Amino acid sequence: MNAPPIASASTAQVAAPSRFDFGAALKDSFITALITLGLSIPILAYKTVQNGAELFLMSRWGLVAIMCAIIFGLRMLQHAFMATRAARQAMPDPHQATEAVHAEPSAYQKVSRFAIPFFLGIALAFPLLVYVVQGGLNESRYWVDLGILILTYVMLGWGLNIVVGLAGLLDLGYVAFYAVGAYSYALLSTTFGLSFWICLPLAGILAAFWGMILGFPVLRLRGDYLAIVTLAFGEIVRLVLINWTDLTNGGAGISSIPRATFFGLPFTAGEGGFASTFGLEFNGMHRMIFLYYLILALALLTNFVTMRLRRLPIGRAWEALREDEIACRSLGINTTNTKLTAFAIGAMFGGFAGSFFAVRQGFVSPESFNFLESAIILAIVVMGGMGSQIGVAIAALVLVGGPEMLRNLDFLKAVFGQGFDPNEYRLLIFGMGMVAMMVWRPRGLISEREPSVILKERKAISGSFVKEGHG
Amino acid sequence: MSTSAINSSSTQAGAARQPLLSVRGVKTFYGNIIALKGVDMDVHEGEIVTLIGANGAGKSTLMMTIFGNPRAREGRITFGGQDITKMPTHEIARLSIAQSPEGRRIFPRMTVFENLQMGASMNGLAHFDQDLERVCTLFPRLKERLNQRGGTLSGGEQQMLAIARALMSRPKLLLLDEPSLGLAPLIVKQIFSIIKELNERDGMTVFLVEQNAYHALRLAHRGYVMVTGNITMSGTGKELLENPQVKAAYLEGGHH
Repeated sequence: MNAPPIASASTAQVAAPSRFDFGAALKDSFITALITLGLSIPILAYKTVQNGAELFLMSRWGLVAIMCAIIFGLRMLQHAFMATRAARQAMPDPHQATEAVHAEPSAYQKVSRFAIPFFLGIALAFPLLVYVVQGGLNESRYWVDLGILILTYVMLGWGLNIVVGLAGLLDLGYVAFYAVGAYSYALLSTTFGLSFWICLPLAGILAAFWGMILGFPVLRLRGDYLAIVTLAFGEIVRLVLINWTDLTNGGAGISSIPRATFFGLPFTAGEGGFASTFGLEFNGMHRMIFLYYLILALALLTNFVTMRLRRLPIGRAWEALREDEIACRSLGINTTNTKLTAFAIGAMFGGFAGSFFAVRQGFVSPESFNFLESAIILAIVVMGGMGSQIGVAIAALVLVGGPEMLRNLDFLKAVFGQGFDPNEYRLLIFGMGMVAMMVWRPRGLISEREPSVILKERKAISGSFVKEGHG
Repeated sequence: MSTSAINSSSTQAGAARQPLLSVRGVKTFYGNIIALKGVDMDVHEGEIVTLIGANGAGKSTLMMTIFGNPRAREGRITFGGQDITKMPTHEIARLSIAQSPEGRRIFPRMTVFENLQMGASMNGLAHFDQDLERVCTLFPRLKERLNQRGGTLSGGEQQMLAIARALMSRPKLLLLDEPSLGLAPLIVKQIFSIIKELNERDGMTVFLVEQNAYHALRLAHRGYVMVTGNITMSGTGKELLENPQVKAAYLEGGHH
């Protein structure tokens, strides 16, 4: 008998979130701006300026006003965004879970069909594009160097993705394998005079071996405990490199590591060098471009191997291990071997990347392998979306290329004054980016797990509807 | 051991052949706490054997102990004459014992198809297409959802997937831990009729751990009753169903 009121109440409920309550949003944004003002007074409002022996207090109310305005605007935007999202979620889903799901190819799948060849094309043509845009080999040096840096992190991200993204083993000491690879090449080439092409596989094998050494003691650990042990492992490797002065030359590092050769042809100006053999005018950039394609090839190799492995029983076993270890064992999967192979193969690619690092720099020191590196690589994997190859590549581009881009944002100087160096705010922006990710894409940029086998047509359900594996 | 074995024809018939799975004097501990206090149990080929008991009686512990996790501290477990007491879990699984564990434990982010592939992983996908076809005939619901992620299935479908995944390895012995847990009566009926079909048509040997004593005993050839780590009663399903003690303890509330 009271059915009509209930019905109207429920429609009102459905309709309510779709309306953007402007007044409330305004009020909330105003409060947020007030909080910013309160926080700014001790932090931003005054600056001490030393002039000779005297100390002046300089007020910066303009800056405070700008910050408050920015926060106000961002908060308003957030409200608008949340309101539209709530409205979207309030719409009843036409395909309930009890029906077979007729999901369209998701946005990710639509994009990835074009995005992957597009990104690959850009990556392949990058030195040429830079050459055309910058109008010369020497002018493009900075950009090619940046490309190499980004690709190194893409490769490291893909390598760590095997351990963290696929096998679900949280590894905070991945940089240890990077260090093992780098020092393998540095020591083998300076001591025995071995060439890069012999050292590269050796570095990979040695790093894989160290991966297994790390793997054995941590076989029974998961989650937080595993993370702490791997973190310690990374630090141990770094401290050994610092303190074993006889072998590694300690904190001073190893310098004058032989440069890479073009399959035996050195990149030198004289007779028999790369330039003279191919009848080119000598330019130091030849080596850079060669290094660019080398790291691109190594990164693509990492990607290719990972994609193939995912379709093989071992790759499926990794993913199953991430989802549920007990179920794995009762299906006859040897979890010991599965974990060890994940550690070893992940470490091997870290080792490749490490030896590339050594040949590019010509110098290695323990400084390059501190915890921050591990954290950045892990952040790349987590931000990219665990297990997603393209997501990791995008995250590497953003996390490594982004801070570099900050250097070029000159227009900010016009806003914040001449003394403003955006690069100093790198970690602040990094942190804000992380928080934004947590709010909007808590499972990474590309959270969808692409099934390794697809029958007939593609169907997809966003990963966020599926609960995380636990165990 | 206070096994008040009800004299039954099937136990006598069973004694003649070698049991497929035999558990003798098994004691399992969690730390210092004893969970199984010396369990004896047999499962013969082609049988459905059920183990019933209250919460915390040790039913699931027995099932997990057969799989070596936790390991039995005393006693002997043999499968097809081979001692498996000290074997690692994955090697036990490779002797063609399959398990649908308590709480289903499917892989939530992998598709139904990939889940089934995982089930078949130890015999190298050789008969995969055949087995997939067979499992899909048994569980038509799964066929519709092959590309769907495991975690998006309903509880009943997840249970079907867990059983289907276990069947993909072509097991000689199927261990099912509470397949009726948290499912609607209609789905429970459906799942039990599938277990029956598996046993009658394919001769599958099934060891079923259940809370739902009425359904389990009606389905099973033989049953064991477990109370706080001991087997206190055994007999044919029918005998146990009619036993006044079993009736009082597990069947009150009238399923009839």
